Amino acid sequence: MKVGIPKEIYPHERRVAAVPDTVAKMRKLGYEVVVEAGAGDASSFADAVYIEAGATISPDAAGVYGAADLILKVRQPTASEVELLKPGVTLISFIWPAQNKDLLDRLAARKVTVLAMDAVPRITRAQRMDALSATANIAGYRAVIEAANNFGRFFPGQVTAAGRVKPAQVFIIGAGVAGLAAIAAAKALGAVVKAFDTRPAVREQVESLGAQFVEFKFDEAGEGAGGYAKEMSEAYLAAEQAMIAQHAKQSDIVITTALIPGKPAPQLLTSGAVIAMAQGSVVVDMAAEQGGNCPLTEKDKVVQKYGVTIIGLTDLPSRMARQSSELYATTVFNLLKEVTTPEATVAIKLDDEIQRGVLVLQNGELMWPPPKPPPPVTGGPAAAPKPVEAKPTPAKPAAASGSGGTVLAALAAIALGGAALFGPPSLVQHLTVFLLACVVGWHVVWNVTPALHTPLMSVTNAISGIIMIGGMLALFGGGGGALLLGGLALLVASINVAGGFLVTQRMLRMFRK
Amino acid sequence: MIATFRSLAYLASSLLFILSLRGLSTQETAQRGNRLGLTGMVVAVIVTALALLIPGEGGAAASPEPSVVGVLAGALGVGCVIGALLAMRVAMTSMPELVAILHSFVGAAAVLVGIATYLQPAGFDPADRGAHLGEIFVGILVGAVTFSGSVIAFGKLRGKIGSKPLLLPGRHLLNVLILTLCVALGVIFERADVAWPVPGMGFFDAGMPALLIMTFLALLLGIHLVMAIGGGDMPVVVSLLNSYSGWAAAAAGFMLSNDLLIITGALVGSSGAILSYIMCRAMNRSIWSVVLGGFGAEPAKPAGGGGAAAPAGKVNEATVDMVAELLLAARNVVIVPGYGMAVAQAQHPVKEISSLLIEKGITCRYAIHPVAGRLPGHMNVLLAEADVSYEIVKEMDEINEDFPHTDVVMVIGANDIVNPSAESDTSSPIYGMPVLQVWKAAKVIVLKRSMAAGYAGVDNPLVYNDNTLMLFGDAKQSVTKLLTALRAGG
Repeated sequence: MKVGIPKEIYPHERRVAAVPDTVAKMRKLGYEVVVEAGAGDASSFADAVYIEAGATISPDAAGVYGAADLILKVRQPTASEVELLKPGVTLISFIWPAQNKDLLDRLAARKVTVLAMDAVPRITRAQRMDALSATANIAGYRAVIEAANNFGRFFPGQVTAAGRVKPAQVFIIGAGVAGLAAIAAAKALGAVVKAFDTRPAVREQVESLGAQFVEFKFDEAGEGAGGYAKEMSEAYLAAEQAMIAQHAKQSDIVITTALIPGKPAPQLLTSGAVIAMAQGSVVVDMAAEQGGNCPLTEKDKVVQKYGVTIIGLTDLPSRMARQSSELYATTVFNLLKEVTTPEATVAIKLDDEIQRGVLVLQNGELMWPPPKPPPPVTGGPAAAPKPVEAKPTPAKPAAASGSGGTVLAALAAIALGGAALFGPPSLVQHLTVFLLACVVGWHVVWNVTPALHTPLMSVTNAISGIIMIGGMLALFGGGGGALLLGGLALLVASINVAGGFLVTQRMLRMFRK
Repeated sequence: MIATFRSLAYLASSLLFILSLRGLSTQETAQRGNRLGLTGMVVAVIVTALALLIPGEGGAAASPEPSVVGVLAGALGVGCVIGALLAMRVAMTSMPELVAILHSFVGAAAVLVGIATYLQPAGFDPADRGAHLGEIFVGILVGAVTFSGSVIAFGKLRGKIGSKPLLLPGRHLLNVLILTLCVALGVIFERADVAWPVPGMGFFDAGMPALLIMTFLALLLGIHLVMAIGGGDMPVVVSLLNSYSGWAAAAAGFMLSNDLLIITGALVGSSGAILSYIMCRAMNRSIWSVVLGGFGAEPAKPAGGGGAAAPAGKVNEATVDMVAELLLAARNVVIVPGYGMAVAQAQHPVKEISSLLIEKGITCRYAIHPVAGRLPGHMNVLLAEADVSYEIVKEMDEINEDFPHTDVVMVIGANDIVNPSAESDTSSPIYGMPVLQVWKAAKVIVLKRSMAAGYAGVDNPLVYNDNTLMLFGDAKQSVTKLLTALRAGG
């Protein structure tokens, strides 16, 4: 089978879907690879390097599309590119099927098979093919770089002879992969970073990168099916906008990354919020391509409005074309490997969650959207609370003894009462002592640290060797039988005592700081 | 005079035992706690011996016969020597067996003391006959169950008896039947024509036959209860037997009217009960299912066929060099030891690895699941033996939230305690059991002998994860090779 790598013709697109490294890997799988001349130029991969990796070079796009049975692309094909596709070929590319209905129709008319890199399901096994995360990571980093470039001040705080420099305040909205990458980059440049996300679960990730997580309390959780954020109600949105405006006002740089799959981006940063920001502030709207998180954003442009620079660039990953191409090409290759048969042809298994997920068209037949993924386990109403939280720790004896304690107390009362009514006085006295000792034991032992459970067990075991007293008493009871039985009891009990204490001592001596 | 002195001494040793358990609650005071317990024991034994040897009010009626004194000294001496030898020689990995067999001694002693007490009715008010006979009966019952149960537990831990649970049909019915028979025998025992075997009577007269048959049945019960429990659930069983041994001692105290025995037995009994309770919580089991036996015996259901939950069935195998490279590149490493490490006695090379990593500035800690190994706290003891600082040995609750920030987790011979299906797969038999969430780390290395399932018999989807690497082989060999590779690697 022949794989074709055309040059990307979308404006500002500098990436390429295969790099020499993945070309060599595809050759190893048994594919032939044909690359359009100059396809890698913008990513700094010369044709010669592709040839070295085992590819052939075709002088024009028609040559690639004509020869190849499998086309690897970055951007979704334009109308002219669709026309070049032979019937029956397979196309792997970003497609955005939800936003590009007419593209789907045109592709369907060409009777092609289409795998969408943007539809890789968010499951652990698919991480190697997750082109979106790979891309978002780069975009997040680049967003900070672009912001810094348009920001007239330092990021880190400094005390210099010429005066004190305050660190830049960066506020990041949406802590997905791009948001987290932006947090890391801004933090590394020395800024003070705050971040907000509708999903409370990401707090930990935000904090792990050294940023402050902005709390927003409202009675809706934002985690939808498949691990992506979901759309929220209007009241929620209004409250959220107010909160964001307040934080934006205190920030020098706001980076918005909020996207909802298949829907226009939510308008989180209102015009009012931008107006309230200080002169010279910078907004990077990473959702510009899907309509923007800010109404003032202009797609593909850097504009000044109300003294604030608003960056609506949509080619952030392309601005780091070499890096982006390398990572994207790797994810594409990983997906290709997944669908490759030993004979180096492509066969899609419909029962595989990943392959079914990415399949948009099969020989012109619409396969998208795939059957819904199940809702997240932690959010579902049927899901049990985290077992760890429910588990009582030794520090909380009250919780553990709760209902069981009441039952035990009742049993103890019945036993004592019964003994008092029917038994001899000595029995009552013994029972009292017994119950008191149980309570003491119960309280003392709850405090034992789990690491010492084995020593505790061996020491209590040694202590229960106190039964040797019984053996001694029996021994002196008189008679041959008593001598034999008592002696034996004393023997085994003293083994227990000596063994228990000594082995505990041995164990404890090993514990050290 | 002697009686008063003895009572005071008993009070002192009871307090010493309580302080001993209290001392065990932290590492710093644990050694002192152990010494306090020993002191309490020595005081109790010496005072009892003196009271029995010195004639006088509250003490012995007359000077004891030399033969009795000889047996006393002999049994005590020989027992202590045997115990000391056992304690010195036992390997830390065999600790569970030692504890189990020591429990059986307490049970045996309780049975022997019970029978001996029955043989010598002197000193009891005939009016108390019913209560006293009942105490003897219960004491022997508990003692016998403890004895045979512990012997079976010992056999299972030693591997002399298969660790698979033995599930007889209608086993609960069988238990109930045995108990009912025991109660019936108890009634016969109480109502025997002659309450006590008076001197001159044969050994098998009076209530003795009923008592002995009951002892036999109780032994069977103990065997059956523990046989029905699988090897993986031994931590609970051992701590439960620990509890039983305490109750047996307390029962002996009742029959001998000895407060020291009652107090100490109750202390040990409740301590063991708490430990069992903690273990059960850690495994998400009800304590009753363990008490009644046959727990963890639900047949493992096959994982839900097909669908998203089914593991991919493909594992990533790693080489020792790969693992070494990963470890050296990490900043934050967590080691999760399991029973496999104990079996292979790999704790020393594992410790070397962690020390090496720490020397290189890599944060390296241990994560201990409450039921790792075959005893509560088993792993802690092994790591302590290997001289691992307890400061870097963390409990499940302490470390679970750190896994997402961990670069590499190395799982050594553990399976069920790191099984993600306990949290995600409702059809899994271990669903709901708190586990170490190792899969949240960037990379997980699993050292395992084979692809066999753990004791719970459940497939572990962890091994199929993309971020999981498998290193197959005996834990000790793998770890030793790894150590060599690490030393070579930097």
